[in-house]
Amino acid sequence: MLELSLRHHLGDLDIDLAFASDARTLALFGHSGAGKTSVLNAIAGLLVPGHGRVVLDGRVLLDSAAGISVPVAQRHLGYVFQDGRLFPHLSVRANLLYGAAQGNAEHTHDFAAIVELLALAPLLERRPNTLSGGERQRVAIGRALMCAPRALLLDEPLTGLHAQARSQVLAHLRALKQELRVFTVLVSHHADEVAMLADEVVELAAGCMVAQMPARDFLRRHGSMRTPAVV
Amino acid sequence: MIALSPAEWQALALSLRVALLAVLACLPFALGLGWVLSRKRFVGRMLLESLMFLPLILPPVVTGYALLALFGRHGPLGELLAQFGIVVAFRWTGAVIAAAVMGFPLLVLSVRAAFDGVDRRLEVAAHTLGASAWRSFATITLPLSMRGIAAGCALAFARAFGEFGATISFVSNIPGETRTLPIAIYELLNTPGGMPGVQRLALVALVVGVLASAMATVIAGGSLWRRRDDA
Repeated sequence: MLELSLRHHLGDLDIDLAFASDARTLALFGHSGAGKTSVLNAIAGLLVPGHGRVVLDGRVLLDSAAGISVPVAQRHLGYVFQDGRLFPHLSVRANLLYGAAQGNAEHTHDFAAIVELLALAPLLERRPNTLSGGERQRVAIGRALMCAPRALLLDEPLTGLHAQARSQVLAHLRALKQELRVFTVLVSHHADEVAMLADEVVELAAGCMVAQMPARDFLRRHGSMRTPAVV
Repeated sequence: MIALSPAEWQALALSLRVALLAVLACLPFALGLGWVLSRKRFVGRMLLESLMFLPLILPPVVTGYALLALFGRHGPLGELLAQFGIVVAFRWTGAVIAAAVMGFPLLVLSVRAAFDGVDRRLEVAAHTLGASAWRSFATITLPLSMRGIAAGCALAFARAFGEFGATISFVSNIPGETRTLPIAIYELLNTPGGMPGVQRLALVALVVGVLASAMATVIAGGSLWRRRDDA
């Protein structure tokens, strides 16, 4: 269960929104510049808003009124960045184990299970600069999952991938959703991704929430469109 | 092969030891200051930078005099160290301090440039995986800036090896104790019939300087044989 309220001024954007969701996979959908990534960053603690409250499964991560802001490293959230951000000096194996090495063992996912689920076995000894875009994103997803996060935060994880890599990563994300049952927040401006992965959708425009709907309503509203409706 | 006299070998060995220890002594401070200057914005930052550059700007004799005033028998630090039975003025340990002070700005500049070159988004990614600031520094920032730091060490070593003005002002010219290679050259210049010795030691200084400089270039990722525009 995620409860979020946020008021923040960021450049030309005024973010002012509040929502709650108990969906297993929640999508934040909207045009570029709508404030989707800022919301994700506020959940992760990478953005400290002027006013805000973030509660995940009853745990207060942020409450500006009460002066609470849990440090990023202690939020136990798996963040998959749009650009992957794999550590270039470490092998894929070391990248995957990086997060797991920080916490205690009981909070660590099974390495072998993650490797199998994301088909990473042939990549383990390779360096990130030798990987394709799709491979890099799969490793980034695996790395985020290895620290058994309370939530998985995906920031446009398929952007910049060619069609084949995109469909492969998408298939892996769907498999993860079935197998691991981790609460996931997906940021995307592609309606088809959202339709395939999300259980519930929060649609944003210019820093505000314009709609919150179950995925089936989102499908009806957006049909096969690949970009968000102009609001 | 150059045939050096025992006294010349002694000066060479002392210079190598002093330069090596000087780099090792100032490396932790350079890492700390380089990180602060690269990552933090605070009041007094420019003043700190100006102070750091002083040994490069001041006549070395003035730096040597300042060290004597600080570490001499009646200097504040000299008196403090004397309580523990440590005397550095007119000792080879004082030559290490003088060389460290003179090499410090070069090392800090290299370290800072190396830290500036590390993609800070990788450090953010490490935090999201549960890494503390220290762990992120030790496992991401430091390894990724190692080449720049090592190149800075080679430069600082070359500077410390050639140090003359501050050293002779602070620890004088004592054979076997503080007579480093540059001071030995100076001594031979003022000795009738000393010119062959000057030439031998100058050649040794040239070889060591070229080797250190070449090492800095290679470590920093360049090549000795390629033209810059081929790289």
